[in-house]
Amino acid sequence: MSIPAGWQVDIGLEIHAQLSTQSKIFSGASTAFGEAPNSQACAIDLGMPGVLPRVNAAVYEKAVRFGLGVTGTINSESRFDRKNYFYPDLPKGYQITQMDEPIVVGGHIQITGKDQSEKVVRITRAHLEEDAGKSIHDFKPSFTGIDLNRAGTPLLEIVSEPDLKSADEAVAYAKAIHQLLTYLDVCDGNMAEGSLRFDANVSVRPVDAQDLGVRSEIKNLNSFRFLEQAINHEVQRQVDALTRGETLTQDTRLFDPDRLETRAMRSKETATDYRYFPEPDLLPVKISDAFINDIKDNMPELPGPRSVRFQSEFGLSLADAQLLAGDRGLGDFFEQVAMITGNGRSAANWVRGDLLGKLNEQNLNISESPVSPDQMGALIGLIDDDIISGKTAKTVFAALWAGETTQPAEYVKAQGLEQVSDAGAIEPLIETLLAEHPKQAEDLRAGKDKLMGFFVGKVMQATGGKANPQQVNAMIRQKLSP
Amino acid sequence: MNLRSATIAELRAFLDRGDISAVELTDYYLDRIDRFDKSLNTYITRTADTARASAIAADKVIAQGKATSLTGIPIAEKDLFCIEGTRTTAGSKMLANFKAPYTATVSTKLANAGAITLGKTNMDEFAMGSSNENSYFGPVRNPWDLNRVPGGSSGGSAAAVAAGLCAASTGTDTGGSIRQPAALCGLTGLKPTYGRISRWGMIAFASSLDQAGPMTRSAEDAAIMLEHMAGYDPQDSTALAEPVPAYTSALNNDIKGLRIGVCQAFFDTDLDAEVAAKTREALRVLESLGAKLIDIALPHMAYSLGAYYVIAPAECSANLARFDGIRYGYRCENPEDLQDLYTRSRGEGFGQEVKKRILVGTFALSAGYYDAFYGRAQRVRRLIKQDFVEAFNQVDVIVGPTTPTPAFGIGAKAESGVDMYLQDIFTISASLAGVPAMSIPAGLVADLPIGLQLIGNYLDEATLLNLAHQFQQATDWHTLIAPEAP
Repeated sequence: MSIPAGWQVDIGLEIHAQLSTQSKIFSGASTAFGEAPNSQACAIDLGMPGVLPRVNAAVYEKAVRFGLGVTGTINSESRFDRKNYFYPDLPKGYQITQMDEPIVVGGHIQITGKDQSEKVVRITRAHLEEDAGKSIHDFKPSFTGIDLNRAGTPLLEIVSEPDLKSADEAVAYAKAIHQLLTYLDVCDGNMAEGSLRFDANVSVRPVDAQDLGVRSEIKNLNSFRFLEQAINHEVQRQVDALTRGETLTQDTRLFDPDRLETRAMRSKETATDYRYFPEPDLLPVKISDAFINDIKDNMPELPGPRSVRFQSEFGLSLADAQLLAGDRGLGDFFEQVAMITGNGRSAANWVRGDLLGKLNEQNLNISESPVSPDQMGALIGLIDDDIISGKTAKTVFAALWAGETTQPAEYVKAQGLEQVSDAGAIEPLIETLLAEHPKQAEDLRAGKDKLMGFFVGKVMQATGGKANPQQVNAMIRQKLSP
Repeated sequence: MNLRSATIAELRAFLDRGDISAVELTDYYLDRIDRFDKSLNTYITRTADTARASAIAADKVIAQGKATSLTGIPIAEKDLFCIEGTRTTAGSKMLANFKAPYTATVSTKLANAGAITLGKTNMDEFAMGSSNENSYFGPVRNPWDLNRVPGGSSGGSAAAVAAGLCAASTGTDTGGSIRQPAALCGLTGLKPTYGRISRWGMIAFASSLDQAGPMTRSAEDAAIMLEHMAGYDPQDSTALAEPVPAYTSALNNDIKGLRIGVCQAFFDTDLDAEVAAKTREALRVLESLGAKLIDIALPHMAYSLGAYYVIAPAECSANLARFDGIRYGYRCENPEDLQDLYTRSRGEGFGQEVKKRILVGTFALSAGYYDAFYGRAQRVRRLIKQDFVEAFNQVDVIVGPTTPTPAFGIGAKAESGVDMYLQDIFTISASLAGVPAMSIPAGLVADLPIGLQLIGNYLDEATLLNLAHQFQQATDWHTLIAPEAP
């Protein structure tokens, strides 16, 4: 959807990323998804009297890694605060979060638009907080169920500046953050399990207006598609209202994906006063330079620089490089294959082609690939050494995928799939074919090069694909040459 | 063998010599509770069965010669400490039937040391009060005069020790809740440095101020209790990691040359003339023991009450939000909807004083008022801390009165909140600063005990206990026994 003429849009996102830790941020309870309701809520998560939070140190490492990933500033001292409000799925009656002194301040990330245009989006801050539980409203007529398994799950809330100018840009930004988070193993990025959720602050203004318009915050969008739809519909709603001469008021809205509309939850006037104050149960968070440097030293190469390197080091196209560098596991896989074979382009073709195709078809992650980088490398090595043809290689790949073999070289030998490179074996075949098809042979000699494929194909057919096509090609030319 | 007045140290000797068994001693106290607690109301819950079982186990340990200083000593726990399997009420209707599935670190430590828990003591609801009149389970009476309050909020713990219904007890102190009832009941009560004792399992009133401590018949007993109660706890981020000194070994250090700070401001307020005289008399005793009296200033002490009554309610307004009728605790009958469930559960479950403080705290944290109230109170708190830091550059201990008056009559201050809050005028500044402070008996005024407050430097409980013990070697005030209740 395009932006209505005469208007411009300003969007800032608040992204809640669930940190991929084993246990909760303030208790030892497990964060595993999908367990029986309330089976993973301990006394701390339940907000029992007299219990105290204690910070799971793993969250600091992840937050710092993200902060470094967006070249933000890591606060040497940050602090937890209490955000007070009553809700049945908020057991303590307050959420422990970071208000005034977040762990990460500033930073930026580059996004690539649909038209390949690049843009830098500023990040305001990222802070640690605990998730609330879940209210289950369709639990039983006139009852609401409370599941506190999620209560206390560690979150990193990433707040952007209102730098995003369209739903497309917002989605590109959300995807870039998603990619970075998963790259850095900060978050598993599993949208279906709610590991990443978006709040979008949307406002519109006439193209010539200096000041931002009145914003609405659309809460809790849990997919890129909903993010896009919600923003587009909200933009249209605001433009329509302003065009009718109405005045907008700042409010908080929910997106209804079935009716494709946003609905007001509460206005600024009725907004909760969260009465933030420093959490007295926790000491200030001190992050030492040594801690930061240690993480810095162990940071993986990020997608952007890695893509550039893939192009220069392995001669990949921009599209291949971005695709392969875009997923950390895929990039690692490709790089191993490229190192083994010394043939970056083949490695890229096989990984993004046959392997990725098969993985996508079966909905598998690269880490679940039945074919290892070593096997992939060995397979490409066989092609490069002219032992098998590219066509045979696909058969061998299928065997590797199906688990029929783990050793490509042995499999090729056992199945007799080696290319026939013996000129003595192929020569009579070529002679017979040329004799059987004199008309085509004559046309080919006369320069109708298309017919080369016809003869090579016939040879390949006759050898069961084991002949080396380049060799066959050369031999035919030799035969036809005067 | 006078059990009625016996200290922990004396009982230890009786038990180790075999003069009495832990079972007999436990039964002695349980019998006294049966006889006298109807009129005193010091216990909310008695744990006679588990106490006897612990006593049997303690006797075995004693027979093996493996007793600690607390093995077989019957104590009482303020009903703010959660003990698994026993109800913990915090003196509130809200938790009248609450049983925690965990045990406070303090209670675990005392039990591991062999102490026997006789029961859970009465207290002002959620530790809010200075008279023990704010308990859902009824007021506690002062054994020295049944028409008077025992102080609060650890009033049940104080009165139980004073009446001989246990050998010692645990209390908690947020603004004076150990020291003030100790003073009013003629006991030794110690509020350690903030963080010295773990708060895990202790129901929170104001998290940045709450601190557990012992209530005993002597400084020596307080040292014994503290040795077992103190220490690092990974379950409480604010618990200090510093090692626990052997407090009992330092009791007899010479106090000659010890610098004692005297702050005139303690005497300038509405201090009862006789209390002032007794305080000065105590100071002369300390001087005669070789201590040097030095005038000091605590310039911001006058603002402590105001700062406290912003910070403590602010924290309590959040700490008590969890009591919402959803997961545990009191829930109103037939709620119509969520709002009704919240308002009636909390409205019916909390008492007046608690509701008042939640309101005050909620207001103090509200948008637009935060800086004027909470922000300013925190700044005052920093100045008060600074006062103490500077004072302890000049002196080792600061000594003054614990309370402005002896115990007042039940109902006498119930009408005026501010009059009641003034009870804590001398104790609050040490709470805000987080420094250790204790109250020791300093004599009788109109046949009622009063307390002398000793305030020490951070983590210097040893000097406080040493000074208190030396004072108690030179005086008999701490050995006075309240008349037997009817």
